Amino acid sequence: MVETQSLSRKLFVIFNYSFMILLGLLCVLPLIYVFSMSLSSNAAVAAGAVTLWPVDFTTKSYEFILQKPEFVKALLMTLKRVIIGIPVNMLLTILVAYPLSKEVKSFHFRTVYAWLFVFTMLFSGGLIPLYMTIRALGLLDTVWALVLHHGVPIFNVLVLLNFFRGLPKDLEEAAFIDGGGHWTVLWRVFVPLSTPALATLTLFATVYQWNAWFDGLIFMNSPENYPLQSYLYTIVVGVDTIIANSTNLELLEAVSDRTARAAQIFLGALPILMVYPFLQRYFMKGIVLGSVKE
Amino acid sequence: MVKPNARKKSTVSELPLHLMILPGLAVIAVFSYLPMFGVVIAFQKFVPAKGIFGSQWIGWDNFRYVFQLPDFYQVVWNTVFIAGMKILVGLIVPITVALLLNEMRKEFIKRSVQTLIYLPHFLSWVILGGIMIDILSPSEGIVNKLIVKLGGEPQFFLGSNAWFPYTLVISNEWKEFGFSTIVYLAAITSINPSLYEAAVMDGAGRLRQTWHITLPGMRPIIVLLATLSIGNVLNAGFEQVLNLYSPVVYESGDIIDTFVYRIGLIDAQYGVATAVGLFKSVVSFVLISISYILAYRFANYRIF
Repeated sequence: MVETQSLSRKLFVIFNYSFMILLGLLCVLPLIYVFSMSLSSNAAVAAGAVTLWPVDFTTKSYEFILQKPEFVKALLMTLKRVIIGIPVNMLLTILVAYPLSKEVKSFHFRTVYAWLFVFTMLFSGGLIPLYMTIRALGLLDTVWALVLHHGVPIFNVLVLLNFFRGLPKDLEEAAFIDGGGHWTVLWRVFVPLSTPALATLTLFATVYQWNAWFDGLIFMNSPENYPLQSYLYTIVVGVDTIIANSTNLELLEAVSDRTARAAQIFLGALPILMVYPFLQRYFMKGIVLGSVKE
Repeated sequence: MVKPNARKKSTVSELPLHLMILPGLAVIAVFSYLPMFGVVIAFQKFVPAKGIFGSQWIGWDNFRYVFQLPDFYQVVWNTVFIAGMKILVGLIVPITVALLLNEMRKEFIKRSVQTLIYLPHFLSWVILGGIMIDILSPSEGIVNKLIVKLGGEPQFFLGSNAWFPYTLVISNEWKEFGFSTIVYLAAITSINPSLYEAAVMDGAGRLRQTWHITLPGMRPIIVLLATLSIGNVLNAGFEQVLNLYSPVVYESGDIIDTFVYRIGLIDAQYGVATAVGLFKSVVSFVLISISYILAYRFANYRIF
């Protein structure tokens, strides 16, 4: 049956496509604007000449940042938390999700354990007691404070648990009959069968570790230990003292507080912008796995 | 060890399951449950040098002190107002966008639009806050330059109490609307196509199909998400506010979480800040529990 295209329908279709494309552009234009500013000279930016492409092209802002010890140090700290944080997050997610995916009849304490984990999503001691705990453990100013306070990502556990439940029961039983125990089933059967889900969760964990900034702000007493996003917070809300106190005229001509900030913001977003187009469908899969279960 | 007649299933030891869960349990014991006991400092005149065991117990004094602060009621109101608007807008916009996306038949354009609108969700509020502060600046920001060019007056979106809460709601929706459409789109795709065929037979146009088939088909997920959002009434978006606010807009933009952060970690009034945090945790806990019970009753939703 061919749908008849009435005039109002045609008008709607034109409106709909234009509106949605506009909406899509609205989501990236601010990023493009910041990128253009970061590649323009201070004078052009101050004159308001920059919109969607660089004016008076220069890479001085980037050269300036990459020589800044604070920026480089913060970037290294972030890499450290990503490299340590992801294995910790993933290992704990897998080890918690597997037992919790069992039926009560094959794991008698399942419900008790499950509530212990879910309860941490419902109630928390709050900011100050967490800070005091981390301090009492002597973890302030270490990467472990950043990694461990969010060591078990409960949302990811729930996603993986539901994925594990969807796997065919026969495989597990076959392994048991062959004399394998739960460790064998987990590493030889469940983990290999769950690679798509695990890939998605690894991405979630990576984005989390890269983007987290508030924990760095409170658990690092010395700004020298800030990860990148915490450091960016301090320059976004404050003024870059290095530029403000600078007497290097050549630098000031090309770089301003604003262009340098734009460059740093852009570099802070860059890894995500680079992987996002390729891995987008994994992100989507994760969200559908997590929300539309059973 | 293994009884020959026992059924295979019951011979599998449960011990490894306990061992597997142990590391995760240890982490939440230290970083989630231990801090829960730390909330006792809400009832103390807490002095860090004396510690929890040496500080003086003062009963409900911290709560009395907070409840007589006029600022506190403003902060609670700001929180509920901002969070409430975010919840409402966060339902309407994604549902509308999902319906409009569903009307796009050209797959390539549809996918490109989706890719673009999901993107801001994956960037942190530090990045987006930095961008907002620049583009919304009254003197140099590109948004105000555009407004002036169109003949309007420049507005201080982040520095005026009349604008600030709405700036928060709109910028938060800008970040999240695309991502929120995913769940609704999944619900639309799961609607049985034969319903649409039957409707076409009966002579229903696109609009009537949307009204009588698509929207009712989305109803369960809409009801579920609306119910679960009850738990967020005191979550007005800490990370966003901390990046965007300044002392000029405390009156309209200070929320419970930023209030706790300021009086606790900046003014070092640990006991008072913990009391406020505990107040929020308890109220939130009640709200989340109610929302889960309702979701379980009406949408058959289970957390795990």
